[in-house]
Amino acid sequence: MNTLKIQTTAQKVRVNIIKMLAAAGTGHPGGSLSMVDILTVLYFDKMNIRIDDPKWEDRDRFILSKGHAAPGLYAVLAERGFFPEETLYTLRKFKSILQGHPDMKSTPGVDMSTGSLGQGISVANGMMLSGKLDKKDYRVYVIVGDGEIQEGQIWEAVMTSAHYKLDKLTVFVDANCLQLDGSIEEIMEVSPIGDKFAAFGWHVLEIDGHNIEEISAAVDKAKTIKDKPTVIVAKTVKGKGVSFMENQVKWHGVAPDQQQKEQAIAELERSI
Amino acid sequence: MGIAIREAYGQALVELSNNPNVVVLDADLAKATKTIEFKKVCPERFFDMGISEQDMIATAAGFATCGKIPFATTFAIFAVGRAFEQIRNSVAYPKLNVKIVGTHAGVTVGYDGGSHQAIEDISLMRSVPNMVILNPADAIEAKQATHAAAEYYGPVYIRISRIATPAIHNESYKFEIGKGEVLREGEDVAIIATGIMVSKALEAADKLAAEGSRATVVNIPTIKPLDKELIIKVAQKTGKVVTAEEHSVIGGLGAAVCEMLSQEMPTKTKMIGIQDSFGCSGSPDELLKHYKLTAEDIVEAVKSF
Repeated sequence: MNTLKIQTTAQKVRVNIIKMLAAAGTGHPGGSLSMVDILTVLYFDKMNIRIDDPKWEDRDRFILSKGHAAPGLYAVLAERGFFPEETLYTLRKFKSILQGHPDMKSTPGVDMSTGSLGQGISVANGMMLSGKLDKKDYRVYVIVGDGEIQEGQIWEAVMTSAHYKLDKLTVFVDANCLQLDGSIEEIMEVSPIGDKFAAFGWHVLEIDGHNIEEISAAVDKAKTIKDKPTVIVAKTVKGKGVSFMENQVKWHGVAPDQQQKEQAIAELERSI
Repeated sequence: MGIAIREAYGQALVELSNNPNVVVLDADLAKATKTIEFKKVCPERFFDMGISEQDMIATAAGFATCGKIPFATTFAIFAVGRAFEQIRNSVAYPKLNVKIVGTHAGVTVGYDGGSHQAIEDISLMRSVPNMVILNPADAIEAKQATHAAAEYYGPVYIRISRIATPAIHNESYKFEIGKGEVLREGEDVAIIATGIMVSKALEAADKLAAEGSRATVVNIPTIKPLDKELIIKVAQKTGKVVTAEEHSVIGGLGAAVCEMLSQEMPTKTKMIGIQDSFGCSGSPDELLKHYKLTAEDIVEAVKSF
C-alpha cells in the first residue's frame, strides 16, 4: 500500500464531497467526511472488486449502514471508476442515479440500499451466511455510525454475527462522537463501544480512523481472526479536513454555500 | 377438515429443500410455524435467528442479495408488525427476492388473545410497493402458493392461518399468482372471499341456495396484485358484492375490492371482516362468531342489500 497515494485520494474524495453537496444544496457533510479515510483504504487497497462487473458474485461487499453519508460513498465509487465524476453533481436531483440515500437499484457499486439506520449488520450477516453455504471466500465490510448503534436492531445483529461465527465480517464504527441533536454523550451515551462488542463475542480493534496505516493494519488483522467477527472502533472527527465543519454538530445535515465551498476546497487542496 | 394450512406450508418447504437456493429463517417459533419440518430435512439451510424479527428480515435481505431465496417466517403480527420498516426499506424498496411468511394470522389464533392476532397485516403489506400478497384458503392452495412464491422473483408476503380448513381444492388445482377463481356460479350476488373465509363463503352459498338465492363465490388467494378482471366480471354479472376476510375491513381484501370497483364498476358492496377492533382470547369458533365471520353472517349480509 502506498500511504501517500491513499491520503491524496482521500483528500480528493473530500473535495468532491464538498463540491457535490454544494451542487445539491442539501445532504450530510459531517459524517461523509469522517469516514473517507476508511472507505478509501477499503476501496483502493483492500476490497476484491471488479469495476467492470459490479455484481461479480465473488466480490467483497460493502454496506454503508449509516446511509446518510452517501455522498462519501458516491465520491469514492466515482473515484474508483464505477461511474464518471460528473455524475456526482447530480446528487439528490430528480432522476439521478445518486439518490439521497444509497439505492442498490440505481447506483453501480452500491451493494445494499440503506438509509434507515440500524439494518446494515443484519444484511451483512445474510451475505456472510450465504457465502458460508456456498463456500465463498468473499468478505463483507460495514460502516455504522456511533450514533447509529443506539438502534436496537444493531445489537440483535451483533449477537447473530457472533453466534454464527461470521469471521469474514468486519464492521467499522465511525466514532465521530456527534449525532444530529448533539454530542452522543449528551443525547444517548454509547460508550464503551469496544467493551459492548467484546461482551457480545466480537474481536475488537480500536484505531485512529484517519490514520491510513492503522486502518490498513486493522483490516489485515481482522482477516487473521477466526471464528469471530471483528469490529474496528475508529475514532474520527466529524467534518474531518474542513476547519469550520470539524466537530460541529450543525454540519451533520447542512450543505455548504458557495463561499463555504470555496473555503473548504482551498483548505483541502492545501493539504494534498 | 383438511390439514392445517401451516402444516401444508411446512410440507411445501420440505419439497422446496431440493432447491439449493432456498433458505429458511425463523425467529424462535419453528415448532409453531412448522418451519421445523424444513430444519429436519435440511438443517444446513435453516437459520434460527432467535427472538429478533427485525434482524431476521434484514438478514433475509442479505441472503437475497447473494441469490438465495429466503423464507423468513414467524407469526404474522411480529413479521409484519415488528419488522414493518425492515420489510419496507431492506426488502421491498430494493425489490429483493425475500418471502415473508406470517403464520397465525387473524383471530383464529384463539386463546393467545388480541396481542397475537394480526388483523392489519394485509393492510400494511398492501401499502408497500413491490409487494405481492398471497392468502391461501386451504392446504393444497397453501402448498402451491409456497411453490409459486419460490418461483416468482421479488418480495412476497404469504399469510397463513393457524386452524385447519375444509379442503376446497383437489390435487389437480393449479394456483397462479394474481388469479382468482370462481368456485360457484350464480346471478344474485358475488361473494368474494380470501383465506379461511372461502370455505365460509361456500357454506353461505349453500344456505342461500336452499332459500332459492344463487350466489357466485370467488376465491381471491392473491390480494395484491388483485384479479381486477375477474372481480369486475362478477360484479357486473351480479350487481351486488359481499367481501369476506379474517382481517380488518380497513385496508384488506374488502377495501381493495371497493377501491377498485368504485373506480371501474361502482357496485353495492357489503364487507365481512373485523370492524376496526382488536381481537381477544377464546376458541377460534367463539371468536369467528363474536367478530361476525361465519357463514350465517355472510348470508345476513347478502340479505341486507
